[in-house]
Amino acid sequence: MAKIPRVPVREQAAQERIKNFEEVSYGYNAEEAVLEAHRCIQCKNPRCVQACPVQIKIPEFISAVKNKDFAQAADIIAEDSSLPAICGRVCPQESQCEGSCVLGVKGEPVNIGKLERFVADWGRKENYYNPTKVPTNGFKVAVIGSGPAGLACATDLAKLGYQVKIFEALHLPGGVLEYGIPEFRLPKEEVVRYEINNVIKLGVEIETNVIVGRTITIDDLLDKEGYHAIFLGSGAGLPKFMNIPGENLNGVVSANEFLTRSNLMKAFDSEYDTPIYVGKRVAVVGGGNVAMDAARVARRLGAEVYLVYRRSEKELPARVEEVHHAKEEGIIFKLLNNPVEILGNEKGWVTGMRCVEMGLGEPDESGRRRPIPIKGSEFDIDCDVVIMSLGTSPNPLIASTTPNLNTEKWGGIIIDENTSQTSREGVFAGGDNVTGAATVILAMGAGRKAAEQIDVFIKNKFGKK
Amino acid sequence: MYKIVKKRPLAEQIFLMDIEAPRVAKSAQPGQFVILRVRDKGERIPLTICDYDREKGTVTIVTQCIGVSTHLICEHNEGDYILDFAGPLGQASELIHATDEELANKKILFVGGGVGAAPVYPQVKYLSNRGFKPDVIIGAKSKNYVILEEEMRAVSNNYYITTDDGSYGFKGMVTDKLKELVEKENKKYDLVVTIGPMIMMKFVSLLTKEYGIPTVASLNTLMVDGTGMCGACRVSIGGQTKFTCVDGPEFDAHLVDFDEAMRRQNMYRTIEGQKREELEKNHKCKIGR
Repeated sequence: MAKIPRVPVREQAAQERIKNFEEVSYGYNAEEAVLEAHRCIQCKNPRCVQACPVQIKIPEFISAVKNKDFAQAADIIAEDSSLPAICGRVCPQESQCEGSCVLGVKGEPVNIGKLERFVADWGRKENYYNPTKVPTNGFKVAVIGSGPAGLACATDLAKLGYQVKIFEALHLPGGVLEYGIPEFRLPKEEVVRYEINNVIKLGVEIETNVIVGRTITIDDLLDKEGYHAIFLGSGAGLPKFMNIPGENLNGVVSANEFLTRSNLMKAFDSEYDTPIYVGKRVAVVGGGNVAMDAARVARRLGAEVYLVYRRSEKELPARVEEVHHAKEEGIIFKLLNNPVEILGNEKGWVTGMRCVEMGLGEPDESGRRRPIPIKGSEFDIDCDVVIMSLGTSPNPLIASTTPNLNTEKWGGIIIDENTSQTSREGVFAGGDNVTGAATVILAMGAGRKAAEQIDVFIKNKFGKK
Repeated sequence: MYKIVKKRPLAEQIFLMDIEAPRVAKSAQPGQFVILRVRDKGERIPLTICDYDREKGTVTIVTQCIGVSTHLICEHNEGDYILDFAGPLGQASELIHATDEELANKKILFVGGGVGAAPVYPQVKYLSNRGFKPDVIIGAKSKNYVILEEEMRAVSNNYYITTDDGSYGFKGMVTDKLKELVEKENKKYDLVVTIGPMIMMKFVSLLTKEYGIPTVASLNTLMVDGTGMCGACRVSIGGQTKFTCVDGPEFDAHLVDFDEAMRRQNMYRTIEGQKREELEKNHKCKIGR
C-alpha cells in the first residue's frame, strides 16, 4: 500500500473563529479516521502505550477503527480512560503518544489524539456508552475535587464497587475542565458534562459547594461521615504574580481570574451577569497552555493581544497545536521579553507594560536555557489589560486544616510514590496538588494509580465485607 | 438548592434571610463569609455571615439591593430556593482564639456602617455569649436605614447609633462619635473592629492610628471563586499582596492600603452599569411588545 500522508484535520477558519467561541477543530469524520488508522503500523512493542500516562491500548483501538468497528474501539479505550473525548482534545500528544510514534522518526506520527477524539465523539453521538452501577462492596471513599484526577479516581473505584462521593468547591463539577479550558478547545455542555454524567452513571455522587478545609475537614470525613479512605485531587491553587511594580493596578488580572470569568461564569455571553474587562490591547505574560487560552479568549472578546514570554519559541511549554492556533488567530508573540513594571495612569488603571529583552544563557535546573535580561534594552508595550499566567502555588486550605498532613516547602502535598498515600493513613493524593501545575492526563494517571492503591489499602485494613 | 426559610425587611431595600445550609451552619464562625449564586446565569456573590443556627442548620445573611445581583437576591421570598450557597469562607475572627482572661482584659469597640452592621452582629453576639459585651457604634444614613437595633442592643455593652442627618441617635459620622468617646468621655479601648464601606473603614483606621488603638478591618473586595483561585481579591497589607478570601477577610487596618482597595473595588463598575442599563432596556422592550 502506498504511503498515506497524515490526514489533515478540518478546522474553523481563523478569521471566523476569532469572532465566536465555537470549537476550533472539527476532528475527523469516519472516512478520515479510517484512513488515518491505516497509517498505524501496529508495532509489536508500542512505544505510544508506554508514553501514555493512562496506558491506553493505542494500536488495538486504532486497529478497530481501521476495521470500522468503532464500538470495539470505544470499548478498548474505555478500559483505561473515562474521559476520552476530553483527552483527545487537550492532551499534549506531541510529547506523549504521538511524540514516541515510530512514524514520527522519519515522517509524521499517527494522529492518535484525533483518532481518540473521533472514537469518543462517535460513542457519544451514537449513545453507545451506557455505564451502569456495579454492586456495592460496602466501603465508602471520598474524593476531594471533581477535576481530572478526582474523576479518574472516582471512576476506577466505582467500577470496583466502592461507594464514591466527590466533593467540589465550585458550583459546577469539572475543575479545570470547567473553569480553565475554554469552550473553543473543550465544549462544556456537549463534552465535559457528558463525560461527567457517565461517571455519575457509575454510581458516583457529586456534592458541589463543599470547600474541604472550610465547609468540612478531612478528619470530619474520616471520623464523622465514615469514609474508609480519601483521595485529595484538589488541583492547582493560588495564582502567582511577578512581584513587580504596578501589579495591583486596575486591569491586571491573573489568567485564572480571566478564564474563570469567561469559562465558568460565561462572562463572554452578555446574558450572564458576571463582568469581564478586556480593554483594547491585552498583554498576556507566560507561555503555557493557560497563557494561550487567556490570549485566545481575549482575542475573541475583541482585543489586540500580545503574548510576552521570557524564553524563545522552542521553550514554550504550551501544546504545539495551541501555539499554532494562537498565531493563526493573530496573537502577537513577544518572545525573549520579560515585564519589569506595569505602567498606570493617575486613576490607577493600566496604560502599558515595561519589558526588557532577554538573552538565553546556560541550561537551568529545568534543562531549558536560562533567560538573562539584556541591560538597557527596556521598551514599553501599550496595553490596558495585563493577564498574568505564571502558574499557581498549591491551595493551603486542606493542608492547613489537616493535622500531620506533610507538604513540601512550596506547598505541594507529599505522597509515597509507590502507594500514593500521604503522611496520613488512608488519605491519598494525586494531580496538581502533588506535582504542581501539570496536564489533564497526568492528573488522570495519578487519580487512577491512587484508586488502585486505595483498593489495596482498604482490602488490607478492613478485609472484605 | 438552598431554601430561604425566613425573609424579613430590616430597612428600606435591606433584607434579612435565613438560608437552609446545614453544612455551612455547622462550621460557620464569626468573621467568615459565604458565596452565593441566585440563578444559573448569575454571579457568585460574596456576603459576610450575619448569624448561624447550628441546630436548625440555617445561616443568616443580610443584603441591600444595590446591583443587578443583589436585586435578584432580594426578589426571592420565603420558601424560594437559592441555587448555590458555599462556605464558610475566609478566616474566622481572631477573637475566637482569645482566652477568657485575654477577653476580660480587653476593652473592645465595634464600628459598623450601613449593612456592615450585619457582619458586626455575630462577633458581638459571640463575645456576649462568652460573657464579654463590647461597645458598638453603628452608623447609618438616616433612621430608616438603622438595622438590627434590638438584636444589637441585647448583646452589646454600650450601643451608639449615629445618623448622617441626625434623624436618630448621634448626628454625624461614626468617626465623630468615636472621637467623642475617646476624647470627651475618656473611654479606653484596646481593640477596634470595623466593618462597613471601605471609605468608612479607612477613616476609622486613620483615627485609631492617631490614638494608637490596634484595629481590625473586614474587607469586602471583589471575588469570583472565593477559595484562593482567582486573585481578584488581592489587597496590599503593609506593602505585601494578600488574598482577602484566604488570608482575610480581616486584616490589621493600619496596614491596609485602603485607597488601592477602593480603586480595585471599582474595576468592573462601568461594565456593571452597562449591564444594568441593558437589563432595564430589555425589560422595557418586553413590556412594549
